[in-house]
Amino acid sequence: MTRFEVVRTGASASGGQPATQKNIPHRGAEANPSAKALQEKFRTAVTRVEVIWGETVAYIDPTAVHEAIRWLHDDPSQRYDFLSDVTAVEYRDAGVPIEVVWHLRSLPYRRFLRIKSQLEKGAPLEIDSVYDIYRAADWLERECYDMFGIRFTGHPDLRRLLMWESYKEGYPLRKDFPLRGRFSRSEQLRQALAQNPEARYSMEELTIADAFAELPQDMRERLNTGERTGE
Amino acid sequence: MSKRTIEVELSTSGLDAQGRAQRVPLVTNDGGTAVAIEPPPALEPDIEGEHMLINIGPQHPATHGVLRLVLELDGETVVRCIPHIGYLHCGFEKIGEYRQYNQIICWTDREDYLNSIGNNVTFALGAERLFGIEITERCKVLRVIACELSRIMSHLVWLGTFCIDIGAFTPFLWAFQRREEIYRLIEKWVGARLTTSATRVGGMAADVPSGWMDGLRQFIRTFPHTMDEIDRVLTKNAIWVGRTVGLGVMTPEEAINYGLSGPMLRASGVDYDVRKDFPYLDYETYDFDVPVGTNGDVYDRYLVRFEEMRQSVRILQQAADRLPDGPVNIDDPRIILPPKSKATSEMESMIHHFKVVMEGPRPPIGESYVANESPKGEKGSYMVSDGTAKPVRWRIRPPSFVNLAAIPKMVEGHLLSDVIAINASIDIVMGEIDR
Amino acid sequence: MGLTSSAEHRTVSYAPESQEGWVATRLDFLVNWGRANSLWPMPFGTACCAIEFMATAASDFDLARFGMERMSYSPRQADVLICAGRVPFKLAPIIRRIWEQMPQPKWCISMGACASTGGMFDNYAVVQGIDTIIPVDVYVPGCPPRPEGLIYGIRMLQEKVKNERMSDGRTRDEIEPDPSSQLYIPPSVIDELGEPFGNSVNQTRSGL
Repeated sequence: MTRFEVVRTGASASGGQPATQKNIPHRGAEANPSAKALQEKFRTAVTRVEVIWGETVAYIDPTAVHEAIRWLHDDPSQRYDFLSDVTAVEYRDAGVPIEVVWHLRSLPYRRFLRIKSQLEKGAPLEIDSVYDIYRAADWLERECYDMFGIRFTGHPDLRRLLMWESYKEGYPLRKDFPLRGRFSRSEQLRQALAQNPEARYSMEELTIADAFAELPQDMRERLNTGERTGE
Repeated sequence: MSKRTIEVELSTSGLDAQGRAQRVPLVTNDGGTAVAIEPPPALEPDIEGEHMLINIGPQHPATHGVLRLVLELDGETVVRCIPHIGYLHCGFEKIGEYRQYNQIICWTDREDYLNSIGNNVTFALGAERLFGIEITERCKVLRVIACELSRIMSHLVWLGTFCIDIGAFTPFLWAFQRREEIYRLIEKWVGARLTTSATRVGGMAADVPSGWMDGLRQFIRTFPHTMDEIDRVLTKNAIWVGRTVGLGVMTPEEAINYGLSGPMLRASGVDYDVRKDFPYLDYETYDFDVPVGTNGDVYDRYLVRFEEMRQSVRILQQAADRLPDGPVNIDDPRIILPPKSKATSEMESMIHHFKVVMEGPRPPIGESYVANESPKGEKGSYMVSDGTAKPVRWRIRPPSFVNLAAIPKMVEGHLLSDVIAINASIDIVMGEIDR
Repeated sequence: MGLTSSAEHRTVSYAPESQEGWVATRLDFLVNWGRANSLWPMPFGTACCAIEFMATAASDFDLARFGMERMSYSPRQADVLICAGRVPFKLAPIIRRIWEQMPQPKWCISMGACASTGGMFDNYAVVQGIDTIIPVDVYVPGCPPRPEGLIYGIRMLQEKVKNERMSDGRTRDEIEPDPSSQLYIPPSVIDELGEPFGNSVNQTRSGL
C-alpha cells in the first residue's frame, strides 16, 4: 500500500509562524499580493480591488473570471489550490447586481483571496463553472443554482441539490422569494407529498447500465477481473 | 446477452420497445430540457450478470442522518454511487436574513448539532470581525475551552456511531457516558446541554460559574482513561483493522482538489489545520500537535480523530491554567447587553438594553469570513452587512457538504459493506450539509 | 344545547350487554401491559433531537428499562415512530411512507418543537408539524427535550396504550389520505396549523 508524502501547508510562504490577526482596520489593511499580480496580468478585467476587514476582494468581469481563476490555480507564484466556497449574494437594493463569490486559498503560500463577479439582474444569470479546475465546485455550484438560479456553464450535472428536482416555487435565496414561500402551507405540503422520490431516478441513474461502456478502460478491466481494493 | 438495470420502481417506463433501458431527457422545473443525449451505441455484452441499482436511505440507521445513496452494484462491488441530499434543508440562510446577529446565534447551534458551541464561536468571531471589535482575553480563553470541549464531544459521537456501523456496540456506550459529563459541565455554564447559544456578539452569554473550572479539571484528569480503554479495544483489533485499512483512499492532490478539509484532508497527508495556518483566538500561543496520516484511508481517519481528542485535552489543560480574570464581555453598550444589575438601576443602561434587544447592534457596511477548525473541517460564516441590524447574506461554509461530495470517488470499486464504513469515516452531519 | 337538565348529562348509561366481562378486561390489561412495556421504537431521527434520543438510549438515562432498547430501523418491526428532529418538505413523503409501512398497532411520538410545530423554522422549507402528515399520539416539547422530558413523553404514551380497549373497534383504524392530494386533514386545517401564532411575529421583531 502506498504511503503518501506529507504535504506541508505554507511550504512556500514567507513570514514565519502565522498569528491571530488583531485590530484589523475596516478598510486599508495590507492587500494580498495576488491582487496586484491579478491586476497586472488581467488589467481591465479586474474592475476593482478592495481590502475589507483584512480580506482582499477582487472584482472580476464575468467573462474573464474563469481564465483568472485558472491562472490563479496554475501559476507557480500563486498556486491557489484549495477552493473553499462558491456562493452568491443578492443585495436588498433592487438595482444592485447579484455577486457570485469564490473563496480561494493557497495552501503553499497561506493566502486567502475572495473573487467576486457581478451579474446584472435583467439578463439571464449565467457564469462559467470552475468544475474543470476544482472538483470541489461540483456541489457548491449546484447549490448556488438551486438557491439563486445562477447557471454555471460547463458544469456536467447542474440539477437542484437541496430542494427536490420538480420544486416549483422558485429559487429560495432570492430577495423576491418570501420567507415562507409563495404557496400556502397546504399547497406546499401537497406538492411535497406528490414528489414520489423513489419513482423518479435522475437521468444519470437511469443510464448507468448503458454508461458502463463509458467508464474508463482500466476501471472496466478491473471490475471485470473481479479485482477488489483494500486487501 | 444484453445488460439491464434492475430498477425497483419507475414512474416513467424508461424502457424502449425491446425492454432495454433508454435515456430519458431530464426536464427541469422551468420546462426546458437540461441536456440533449443521443441514444447509446450498440454495446457488446462484456460482463456476465446484471447491474443492480439499490437505494440506501434516506431513512437508514447507518447513513448518519437523512442521506440517500443510490448505488449501482456489480454483485457486491460498487460501480457508481450517487448521493442525494437536501432531506434536512431548513432554510437557515434565508432565515438569517430576517434575524438580528444575536438571534442568529440560536440558529448556529442547530446546523452542526454535534458541535453547537463551536458553531456559536465561529459565528461570533465572524460577527465580531464584521463589527470590528476585539473581545476580552478571558472571553478568548473561554471560547478556546468551548471549542475544544465541543471538538471532543463531536469526535465522541463520531466514534460511537462509527463503531456501531462497523459492528462494535460497546464503545458507543463509553463515548456517550463521557459526553454526559461534558453535557453536565456545559449545562452548568450556559444552561443547555446540546443547543447552547453560548456566545453573543462581543462576548459570551454567561461567565463560567464558580467551581466550574474544578469540574473541567476533573474531566481532563479522567477522560484520557476512557480514551485508553477504547484504544485498547479498537486500534490493534484484527476485525477493526481488517475492516478499515485500505478503504476509501484519497491521494493528497485529490483531497485538496475536492476541497476536503479537517481530518479527511489530514488523513491523506496534507497538514492544513485552520488553527495553525490561519489562527484565531490566539491558537498560536497554545502548544499542540496536528496529527497527519499517510495512507488516506478509513483507518487513518480514525487514528487522526482519536489523536485529535488527545490533543484537545492538552489544549484544555493549557487553557484551564491560563484563564485570566476580568470581564467576559466587551464594554460597548451599543453592541452587548449591560449587566442586569445596571440595567435595572441605571437609566442609560436600561435604554441600551432596550435598544440592543429591540433593534439589535448594527455593524458598518462590509463583509467578513472567519474560518474556524470545526471537528469536521474548515467552517466559517460569511456574512455581508449593509449597515442594518440584519445581515444581507449569511452563508455557512459547510465542511461536511464538501467532504461528502467526494463519496462517489471514494466508494468506487469497494464492497457494499465498505460503503457504510467509508460513509461513517467522513463524519457527516446532515444538519450542516443541508442547512 | 338549550335548557337540558345537567343531571341528564351526568347519567352514565349502563346497558349490561355493553359491559365488558372479566375475561375481556383481564385480556385487555395483559395485552396492553405487554405492548406498553415493549414498545419497539423506530427512531426517525433527523437532527439535534436524534442526538438527545441517542443520549436517552445510552447508559445514563437508559431506555432499556422501558423495554425500548431494541431500535427497529425497519418500520415493519416497529411499534412507535419517534420523529426526532425537523422534517423539511423534501422528507415529508418519506415519513408518510414509513408510517404507512408500519403495521398496526402503532403509535407516534413527535419529539421536539420542530417535529411538533415546525419549531423555530417558520419558513419555506420545513413542515409545520408532522401532525399535518401523520397522526401523532404524544408531543414532547423542547428544543431539544431533555432525556427526562422524552422519558416523560414515553410514560404518557404508555398510559395511553394501557387505556386502550379491544372493544373499541376504531383504535386500530388506518387513516386514509385523500387520494388526489395525499393530505389526510383538510387544507384549511393545515393552513391554520401552519400560521405564525399569537404575537410570535412581533417577538421576532422582523415583522415576518
